[in-house]
Amino acid sequence: MNHVRPVPDGAPKGAPSGGDSAPIGGAPSPGDPRRLAELLGQAAQGDQAAFAQFYDATSARAYGLALRVVRNPAHAEEVTQEAYLDAWRSSARFDSQRGSAAGWLLTIVHRKAVDRIRSVEAATARDETWNRETAPVDHDQTAESAHAALDATRVRNAVATLTDVQRRAVELTYFGGYTHTEVAVLLDVPLGTAKTRIRDGLIRLRDLMGVAT
Amino acid sequence: MSDLHKLTGAYAVDALDDIERARFEQHLAGCEDCRAEVAELRETASLLTDSVSATPPASLRASVLAGISQVRPLPPEVTVAAPTNISSTRAHRRRPVWTTFLVAAALIVVAGVGVSAWSPWSTEVPRLTAAEQVLQAPDAEEVFVDLGDAGQATVVRSKSEDRAVIRTEGMASAPDGKAFELWFITDDEFTSAGLMPNEADQTVVLDGSAAEAAAVGITVEPEGGSDKPTTEPIALFDLTETT
Repeated sequence: MNHVRPVPDGAPKGAPSGGDSAPIGGAPSPGDPRRLAELLGQAAQGDQAAFAQFYDATSARAYGLALRVVRNPAHAEEVTQEAYLDAWRSSARFDSQRGSAAGWLLTIVHRKAVDRIRSVEAATARDETWNRETAPVDHDQTAESAHAALDATRVRNAVATLTDVQRRAVELTYFGGYTHTEVAVLLDVPLGTAKTRIRDGLIRLRDLMGVAT
Repeated sequence: MSDLHKLTGAYAVDALDDIERARFEQHLAGCEDCRAEVAELRETASLLTDSVSATPPASLRASVLAGISQVRPLPPEVTVAAPTNISSTRAHRRRPVWTTFLVAAALIVVAGVGVSAWSPWSTEVPRLTAAEQVLQAPDAEEVFVDLGDAGQATVVRSKSEDRAVIRTEGMASAPDGKAFELWFITDDEFTSAGLMPNEADQTVVLDGSAAEAAAVGITVEPEGGSDKPTTEPIALFDLTETT
């Protein structure tokens, strides 16, 4: 069962996602950033065909991200669909000065994916309620499964320069959907350290990959 | 440099819990440096998705396109209010809740003495608001919860009135696109008691019967609320502890 992430807080633990392989399906079609921004601009005026093109150019990454975070394909579809509907509705609010259209969309997808796993876990936790056993979490496996996702050429070199803790903190939050306090527990670092490592790590990636807005 | 600035990374990858997120969004409204950094770090994080592409089923495309055909995009935001102004307005509006009650109580006393003088067109004795009935009930019991930087809240329940009221002071706003929802809790059963208005200081009567409730809880829900809580409560007011 590949759809449940381990819960850091000792709540009932789903089967650890062994053999988790990052799906590398559809052609990564990042699309020309300027073209994507144009398409969003047209969508803001109600152009559904433009939005369809925007979908075609971005859906593999959007769905891939949702699937990576929520793991359950049906949930990933719902999350992706909600995200695109949000993107359509708020397309006029996209500001190309603030970043790329793909980045803007993926931010929406990520937020929805994380909300989804947290609400699913909260519901599970409530069902089991107040007397939680403190089942130990297999730290290595958790970090391992998230790590598998980062093996792609485009980011591999940049990621390779991160410290171990930085890398795992970024992976566990972005792909694992954990909060920084949960990450501190998972990585066994002091509270407060995880948030710093997440930021350090992202800043380093930003500088190495030349992201500027 | 305050510690809040260091949350840009965790915020950019949605690694804050709801309370932290709400606090940080308030900070963001007034901190251009953090806004710029968050934008860059989100952009950076989105590049990591290059490694996880997956072709979605064709049915998803059809659903998305069917979905967008039924809603028009929202209009662009045309007001360019500086966020710093918004936060200072908020700060100005804040005042201790109890002063409101003192004023309200004073008005009631005056009203009781001279109804006909100030309200000649009405023969009815001015009635207490629903909140005042609870707050002034002889059996009113209250539970205070300090949410730290996210504010303070007190729940007052009167069994005889079968109602409860929540008062907040300096309560953080719900995160973007979310609302705080109130719940009556009885034997682990959550019954919605309505949404809290997005105001720092407020007094709200909870919807529904309060006499049997063992506790009142607040959760963060999608705008419009939920039938059942979808997140863990950010605050619990245990009414069994009151005397």
